[in-house]
Amino acid sequence: MNQWEVFIAALVRDRDQIGAIMDNLEQHWAETRSLTTWILILWFIFSMGIFFFANSLNSITFFGWPFGFYMAAQGSLVIFVVLIVVLNIKQEKIDDKYGLAEEQ
Amino acid sequence: MEQAKKPFIEMLPKIYGLYTGGFIAFIILMAILEQMGLGAETIGILFIVFTVLVYAGIGWLSRTMQVEAYYVAGRQVPALFNGMATAADWMSGASFVAMAGGIYFGGHGYLAFLVGWTGGYVLVASLMAPYLRKFGCYTVPDFIGTRYGGNLARLMGVIVLVVASFTYVTAQINATGTIASRALQIPFEVGVWFGLFGILLCSMLGGMRAVTWTQVAQYIVLIIAYLIPVFWMSNKQDFGLIPQLVYGDAVQRVTELEQMHQVGVLKPTESFAGLKALTVPFVAAGGGMEAWKFVTLAFCMMAGTASLPHILMRYFTTPSVKSARRSVAWSLFFIFLLYFTAPALATFTKLQILDPNLATGIIGKTIAEVNAIDWVQKWSAVKFLAISDSNGDGILQINEFFMRGDIVVLATPEIAGLPYVISGLVAAGGMAAAMSTADGLLLAIANALSHDLYYKIIDPTAETAKRLVVARILLVVLGAAGAFVASLKLTSILGAVAWAFDFAMSGLFFPLVLGVWWKRANRQGAVAGMLCGFLAGTWYLYMVRWGGMEPWLGIDHLRFGIIGCAVNLVVMIVVSLATEEPDEATQKMVDEVRIPKGETVLAASH
Repeated sequence: MNQWEVFIAALVRDRDQIGAIMDNLEQHWAETRSLTTWILILWFIFSMGIFFFANSLNSITFFGWPFGFYMAAQGSLVIFVVLIVVLNIKQEKIDDKYGLAEEQ
Repeated sequence: MEQAKKPFIEMLPKIYGLYTGGFIAFIILMAILEQMGLGAETIGILFIVFTVLVYAGIGWLSRTMQVEAYYVAGRQVPALFNGMATAADWMSGASFVAMAGGIYFGGHGYLAFLVGWTGGYVLVASLMAPYLRKFGCYTVPDFIGTRYGGNLARLMGVIVLVVASFTYVTAQINATGTIASRALQIPFEVGVWFGLFGILLCSMLGGMRAVTWTQVAQYIVLIIAYLIPVFWMSNKQDFGLIPQLVYGDAVQRVTELEQMHQVGVLKPTESFAGLKALTVPFVAAGGGMEAWKFVTLAFCMMAGTASLPHILMRYFTTPSVKSARRSVAWSLFFIFLLYFTAPALATFTKLQILDPNLATGIIGKTIAEVNAIDWVQKWSAVKFLAISDSNGDGILQINEFFMRGDIVVLATPEIAGLPYVISGLVAAGGMAAAMSTADGLLLAIANALSHDLYYKIIDPTAETAKRLVVARILLVVLGAAGAFVASLKLTSILGAVAWAFDFAMSGLFFPLVLGVWWKRANRQGAVAGMLCGFLAGTWYLYMVRWGGMEPWLGIDHLRFGIIGCAVNLVVMIVVSLATEEPDEATQKMVDEVRIPKGETVLAASH
């Protein structure tokens, strides 16, 4: 299993398969990488992806706002804060799981 | 000092709680004095002098002669407070004074800055901050120099940092000068030096430690100064209790009003230096090229955010990797508080000016009527606003009303008829925003030059005391250079704040990301990548801005970082793969960086 396969396995969350092959450090990094990839995919969607369609989104009304305008002025900003909080919670869990978190 | 450390950190909530209370008490005192007949000018002076003295006091109390304290605040800043400090470090005079005005004039297109300047923190949290913290470096070039090895890589990092940060810092010193000169009634050239003096008082004696604790104080001032006028105005004009959550209908109303006043149809036939008439509809996003320009600008600002050293180095000051990560979340939250208010403020200002049903509405009234309004007269006198009856019909049309974007923040209190104490508060907030950013930038430059250039490259045997003296001398020299450039008022040549982001992303983004995320990245690749990326970006900027070249695919001078970072990425990968892979020690170092556990890669006090 090469690095790329490990990465794919982590992406599809096939933990048994990865677990059988890699040691602690590699598993930790594979999970970290897959978490980061997911976060960056969501980041791309909400920071750039949707704004290709801002004009169409503006025909939807969201609590009074034209939706495209709302996302640029507020919606995406909220999502960014949430994304970082989710990233932190999940990453801390991954670090704990493999015993690689800092000692307090 | 060592013994006093722990209690001090635990006391922080109390200290800053008292400080916030004290500041609010000061505002109330000023309000009372205003009622008793104290003049507007005196109130403005008191606000600026009082706050700057407090920052200077914090700077004095935080003085230090320890390397660890000077460069990274002793690595003991709790996540929440580092978040506040980063927010102040981040939000410049431009964010504070000009952002709402930018949205007012630019509408949806300008919101790309908002998205970019917040979305970048997702990159900081996921790709950069925790790993750089684990690395244990003092400066950003410190990471480049150690990960890739060799003085050349380090030197390239220093050069990119200096160019990007210096582009930014002159604009900040300029802003402190503008605010100080207006509030203190002194000439701009003197105001610039006054601003610099305040900035240096905050940073010189205590380095990062002093800057950290003053930035927290400055954040508190700037956020209070931004939010209070908006809440007050909104509740006075019945726009809603928490205006940020309910301005959707106001946005739609603005769209109707803009159609009624023919925004975008009527073009101005005259021009006034520095002033603009409203020609861009608020909400319309446009498809195709417009959408592409939005996305590319947002991308540049995001990648730039994640490469700007004065932001990244803030995360070197936290006690752990975990707190570095959490601190990014706090940073973005504190930035969000201001950024989600700016569009609301722009909307309400628009409504007040455009809506004929509101007492404040001026478009559609007779010229004589409008010229009799107090705030119109006051801001016309300082050339922030101009009214001209171009078509001679005696009625003010949308293309006959010219103003500077800054007015949206600066004149809101007056348009809504709030007391003068609020204007003084806004001036103090703008000063805090500009000073805190200038401090962070100057320190980033001076630290890179003193630590990376002087200590690591020129004189590795220098003693601690000597290093810290050099760091301080550099700080003063750089500050003076910045103030000198600012006092020349070369703004048209110095150009946009956006350039700093483009320079940083051209040179630093991929070397930083790949340093952690791609073990195969090596010295040759990094050096070639930084050099080619930075030169390609700079060349493109020159050609598009001054060389008469047509922007390629709509990538204009605000977006040249796309060219720079693309060249950087390609060159870095090709050269890395064409040369031998990094040695085992380097690969092991990267493994170490990737896990939070264990000692930092670089030993303390290196």
